[in-house]
This record gives sequence, C-alpha cells and structure tokens, in this order.
Amino acid sequence: MEEVAIIGIGCTPVGEPWHKSLRNMAVESTWAAMEDAAIDQVDALIVGNMSSGNFNDQESLGSLIADYAGLGNISAFKVEGACGSGGAAFNAGVMAVASGMHDTVCVTGVEKMTDVVGDNATKILANAADREYESIHGISFVGLNAMIMRRYMYDYNVKKEDLCAFPVNSHKNAVHNKYAMFRQEIKMDAVLNSPMVADPMTLMECAPICDGAASAIITTKERAREYTDTPVIVKGSSLKVDTIGVHDRKTVTSMKATVTAANDAYKQSGLSPSDIQTVELHDAFSIMGAIGLEDLGFAERGKGARFAAEGQIGIGGKLPCCTFGGLKARGHPVGATGLYQIIELSKNLRGEGVVDAECGLAQNIGGTGSTVSVTILGRG
Amino acid sequence: MSVPRHWRESVKRYRLIGSKCKACGKVHYPERTVCPLCKSRELEPFQFKGNGKIYSYTIIWAPPEGYEYCKPYAAALVELEEGEIVTTQLTDCDLEKIEIGMPVEIVLRKLFAYGESGIIVYGYKFRPVLPIL
Amino acid sequence: MKTIKDIGIVGYGAYVPMYRIKNSDIARVWGNDPIRVPVKEKSVPGPDEDACTIACEAARNAILRAALDPKKLGAVWVGTESKPYAVKPTATIVAEVIGATPLINAADWEFACKAGTEALQGALGYVGSGMSDYAMAIGVDTAQGQPADALEYTAAAGGSAMIVGPASEALATYEASCSFVTDTPDFWRRQYEHYPKHASRFTGMPAYFYHITNAAKNLCSEVGKEPNDFDYVIFHQPNAKFPMAAAGMLGVDKEKVIPGLISPYIGNTYAGSAVLGLAAVFDVAKPGDTVLCVSYGSGAGSDAFSFTMTDKIDEVRNNAPNVKSYIGRRVSIDYATYARYRQKIRM
Repeated sequence: MEEVAIIGIGCTPVGEPWHKSLRNMAVESTWAAMEDAAIDQVDALIVGNMSSGNFNDQESLGSLIADYAGLGNISAFKVEGACGSGGAAFNAGVMAVASGMHDTVCVTGVEKMTDVVGDNATKILANAADREYESIHGISFVGLNAMIMRRYMYDYNVKKEDLCAFPVNSHKNAVHNKYAMFRQEIKMDAVLNSPMVADPMTLMECAPICDGAASAIITTKERAREYTDTPVIVKGSSLKVDTIGVHDRKTVTSMKATVTAANDAYKQSGLSPSDIQTVELHDAFSIMGAIGLEDLGFAERGKGARFAAEGQIGIGGKLPCCTFGGLKARGHPVGATGLYQIIELSKNLRGEGVVDAECGLAQNIGGTGSTVSVTILGRG
Repeated sequence: MSVPRHWRESVKRYRLIGSKCKACGKVHYPERTVCPLCKSRELEPFQFKGNGKIYSYTIIWAPPEGYEYCKPYAAALVELEEGEIVTTQLTDCDLEKIEIGMPVEIVLRKLFAYGESGIIVYGYKFRPVLPIL
Repeated sequence: MKTIKDIGIVGYGAYVPMYRIKNSDIARVWGNDPIRVPVKEKSVPGPDEDACTIACEAARNAILRAALDPKKLGAVWVGTESKPYAVKPTATIVAEVIGATPLINAADWEFACKAGTEALQGALGYVGSGMSDYAMAIGVDTAQGQPADALEYTAAAGGSAMIVGPASEALATYEASCSFVTDTPDFWRRQYEHYPKHASRFTGMPAYFYHITNAAKNLCSEVGKEPNDFDYVIFHQPNAKFPMAAAGMLGVDKEKVIPGLISPYIGNTYAGSAVLGLAAVFDVAKPGDTVLCVSYGSGAGSDAFSFTMTDKIDEVRNNAPNVKSYIGRRVSIDYATYARYRQKIRM
C-alpha cells in the first residue's frame, strides 16, 4: 500500500451564491485545488455529493464536473454517504491512490442546496434517515438529532447551556475564515433564545442550509515532494457504517460508526487520541459535537459538553476544534463538508492556519451516525 | 407521488408487523430479511402489541414538506413492550406533558397526503394511554 | 324483519376524537346568542384524523370485545357520508388495518346519518341468512357544517362498530328490525360540494319525527311491544332536543333515553350517532335488559332494532375503552384552531 499525501486544496466560499450553479461551484473548487498543486490534469475525479438528484435534478456528477472542468475522459464518479459524502469520497480517493490504481486524484465535495425552498430542503435532508421508518413519520433530520440530544441530556444530566459551547466556539473561529458563511461571534444567550426547530434543539445549534464546494488533490507520499514543500500526509482514513435507523442502536448517545472508524484510523496511524492536536468535529448540531468528542476518545462519556464548556475546544485550548468555524459557522453544504474539513485541517498542518499542529483529525458524519469517516492527517 | 412504495409497506405500518428470527428468537421492527444478531435468513412475521413507553422525544416546529398540517407535533422513539424501539409521531397529546418513560399505545392515523388529489398515507402513531373512566 | 338464524351483537367498539369546540364559541364568532345553542359542545377530529382512522379505532375496540379472529369476519361495512376518498372504499383500509383481508366483503354504505345502521341491517341479514358467521358494521362520520349555518353547531365526529355473530356468543341478541323510508329531501349534499344544505324546519316533522316514530311503531307491532316496554331507547341525535321530543311522541320515559343520549356532549356524529348511542347503552345495560335503537337518515329513512342484553355483556364490557372514557377525554379548542383542523380556511 502506498502512503497518500495531499498536495493541493481549494474551495468556494460557503453561503448562498444565487448566481452560481452546482457545476460552477464544483469546477471552481476543483481548479482552485489543482492550481494550489500547480497541476492541470488528474487521473481521476471522485465527487462527494449527497443529493444532487433531489436538490438540482442532476445526477451523473462524475461526468458533469470532469467535463466542465475540462478534465476529459478520465475516471470520475460520485460517492454518496448523506452528509458524510465528502468524507466518504475522500476515503475512496485515498483507496484509489494507496492501491496504486491512480497516481493523482482530485476529490471534490459539492452541494448546491439553495436551488430548492426551505421545507423541501428539510424533506430532502430527511432522506439521510430511513425514509420508510423514520422520515415517513414527519421527523426532520433535526428532529432525529433532537431526540438523541434529549436522551443524552436525560442520561447524563447535561444542561443545554453546556451544549451551546459548540456553536459559540464555531462562530468565534469563523470570524477569521474568509470562506465561512457566518463570520460573527455569538453569545450563549443568542443560542438559547433562538427559535425552536425541534425541541430541545434551537436554530442556532443547527448548521445552516447552504452551498459550497471543496477539493483536495491527493497523490502518493513519494510523489508529493515533486509538487510541494508542504505535503500533508494521510496517516489514517477509515469509514464505517452503523444501522440506518436511530431506533436500531443499542445506545443513541454514542455513534458506533465513529468509535470503530476512529479506532481503525488510530491503528493505521499508530497514534492515539492524546497525539491529536486539533479536531474538525462534525458539529452539524451541538449534540453531535459533544458525542463526537466522546466517541473519538477526547472526553469521557457524558462529559463532552462539559469539555467544550470549559473552553478546551477553543483556539489556545487543550484541543482546538472546528478551527475555521465548523459546520455551524463555516456552513454545512452537506456533501462538501467532509472536504472542507480536510482542507481546513491541511491549512493548520501546512502552517497556513490558526493553530500550529503536527497532527489533526477530522470526523464526518452521514445520517444520524449511519456513515462516519475519520481521517487523521499529519505534517509531511 | 409513489403509490407502490406506500402500498408495499402499508400492512406493516397499519398493524406494526415486524419480524422474528426463527434461529435466535430476536424480534425486529422494522421487518428484516436477515437477522442482524445471528445472520439467520429464516425469519417470520411478528405482530407487535403496540404498547410501549417513550425512550426519547422531540417537538417538531420546522416540519419537512407535507407535514405542516399538524405542526407543531411530537415525534418519539418508543420502546415497545417486546423490547424494540420504534420511531413514530405522537398524537392526541399535550406537548407540555410528554416525558421520557411515559406509557403510550398505538393508533392508526393519517401520516400525510399527496395534496388534495393524491393518495392518503395512513400508518401508526402513538398516543398517551387512554385513561378509562 | 327477522333473520333465519339466531344472531346478535358479539362485539362493539366506539371512538370519539379528543377535541371539543363549545357551541357558545361558534355562536360568538357568528354573532348569535351563545346561550340558545343546540348542544353544549361538539367533538372535532384532530388534523390527522378522518372517518377512516375513527372507523379503525372503533373496529379494533369491537374486535377486542368480541375476542374474534378478524379473519372470521365475512364483511366489513362502513356507513359514512365523509369518506376520505370520493372513490376508493374506506372499508378496505379498515379491513386491512384490523387484519380481516382478503377473503371478505368490504364496502362503504351511504344514507346520510343512517348509513351506519344501514350497514348494520346488511350485516344482520348477512349473518342471519347464514352467508357468513360474522360481519362488522361501522357507522362513522367527520361531519362538516357550513360556517355560520345552523348545522355548524352540531356537525361532529365519532363512530361505532358492531360485530354481528351467532346468538350463542352475543352480548345482545337480535330480536327484529324495521326499515322505513320515503323520498324526503330534508338535507343533501350535491356532488363536488363541500358542505351540505338543508331545508331548515322541514327537517323536523315530515322528516326526522315522521320516520323515527313510524320505524319504531312498526318494529314494536312486529315484536308485540310498546316503545316504553324497552329498558333503554336510543334515537338518532342531531341535537339534544329531537330525541327527547321523539320519546315524548312515542310515550317513552325520558330516563330510558338519557343513558344513550350523548349529543349534548359531543354533537351529532351523523352516521356514528345512533350506533354510538347504542354503544353507550351497551356500556351500562345489564343482562336481560331490552334495547330499542332507532336511527334516522335524511333523504329519508329510519332503521329500528330490538336487542336483549345477555350475560356476556358483563364479561366483555371492560375489554375496550367505553364511550364515557372517550367523552371524558376532551381538549377544548377555539374557533380559529377548529377552522384550521377542519380546513375551513382557504389557502
């Protein structure tokens, strides 16, 4: 198996770019990453996207994006794992390079969600759950996470105030990120007093519906030095699934897919949680941040929210998390999110970021923890 | 509008019919064709009684398209008497009085309709156990 | 009319939705006297309820009391004027929900407010002739009254299911019945119209009272009884007054009507009305008690039935929720919420 390195990164600003289409955005980020790597061709394009068929009436993204990016008749296809599509696509890209199948691969995550109106987007996002046995009951994706949150608060006697630390932290970190959707700080009161979306979850605990595209160019570690002085090494990359339905889990307050993917990635890298210096958490909802910290081995069961509330996830804290604003404030264009995490982590490791780290981890969740990828990156 | 998709599931949704593994005895809802516990593919239909208690719940204030008609409404994970957990809406309940552990029972209700002219999709919901006077 | 075989009611089940709107609130909205109203309050179906869901719960309760394998039913017949689909039977859904399909006859019956007892007549004939061992008849409605119309005060929702079977298993044995119909246009709803129309005071003497009293009298002469010989008497209940007036005309003591008179609390449940009253009587009647039930449906006609309670009633009564429990489970809503739930607001 070849070791894999990231040699180029690029993305579009996250937001509501009304004048840009899905293909415009994907091409823009693909070329931004290729320019960063100083290349003009790749051997394969792997696209991470959750629901272009529903959001944009468009499938065949491998062809569409390769075609409009001028990449010709290369190998290209789409990988889907709901909100974890980006991480899944990156995992597929790593496999393609590590296996020796392709030399240089571009992984592009893209989602154009604002082509549909609000409650239709809510319906499409609920497709990440079991359509016949969860979504059919009118339970939004936020609703499923709210039920996890309620049980977590009940089991561990956790206050909502502690969970607010995740959105507050993410907003604070987004201020310096020019690609972020919400570049202003918020206070805990604002989170608590924001409109109820799915009790007990309020609006400002939830990542926004938005558009974005992010890309990474990967090649073998051996070849990486030909392109850059600051390659980022993929030390671990693992994706695991769990039951599609929350109702089929032994416990709803931990994600088995995160635990197993993290264990796998730690094993691949020979690292342990104590070696990780920064984390891109999948904070689509405040509760996911807390459970993520626990499942990844950074906090004890039931103590994830407290860990955050004590300030340990801030820049300068013990474990800086969501350093470019996370899903909450950078934005969560679902299929692109996993790639935004990879490029943000890469910036920190290349010395272009906001924390000085040798090693970092990204966690990308699809569904309510039904698909989780964990990536560990380190300096080359 | 998909008619066969709903028709295929309708009986299971009307009556809360899941499956039971003939090999290890595990019951499942929703129905499965492979037992996730022992991988046996010898399963039979299993009728759940429809009684349970709330394991967790939420109140939906921002419903997905098609469910606005009963907003706000409660959704829950209900732990059935037989041990499985089922995802469901709660109906006929005081949103202020729901709590974890509250006993609930199955009823049949409209889940949603495809507008004024399309099919009506019926299925189970749960409600607080009816007090008998 | 009598049957060849000895039959009776082997199971019954009721359902009334939880929501109520006060008549005084309706009167307030339309500028009418909040004191002089036909009933105290009426039941309102929740936003996820319709005649089908109501029929299903009533049917499940009837199955519980009958302790019957639903596959043994030969028919599931739903009498209603508020079918969720104009074309597509409600009865097939109900039959599927209770697990009675597929070797079964299922259909919806329509005869304004007597559709439920019409289905019951059919079920009695079906079982009484030996075509089937068991048959279920349901009377159910989610009646719509036009805003500001007199009927808006009473048009309510509820239903009741009766399972007809062998007399040996009956909680109430069937003695005889009578159907009395004429062409009397007192109330109607034309195709594609949302709300019914009625002929105001014409709905009284030539319609409700004429058919109710004649059906009752004809039945009584067939069985050799006077109306007041029965221990309980149930009339169709369009409001609180009419059943009491009918009792007066037939010489029936008012206290015999009170136990089955539920319209003051939940309004007129149309096709559910007489059969819900019958269920309320079954909830309290003792073995040996005799019951006269007379429905009325506009258009117009009445069905009258004579039953005698058996020892079995005491065994099965508590196997399902009684009418009182459903009436007691009430949540008051205001007119605005009622307007939303009943889709009276044009979107």
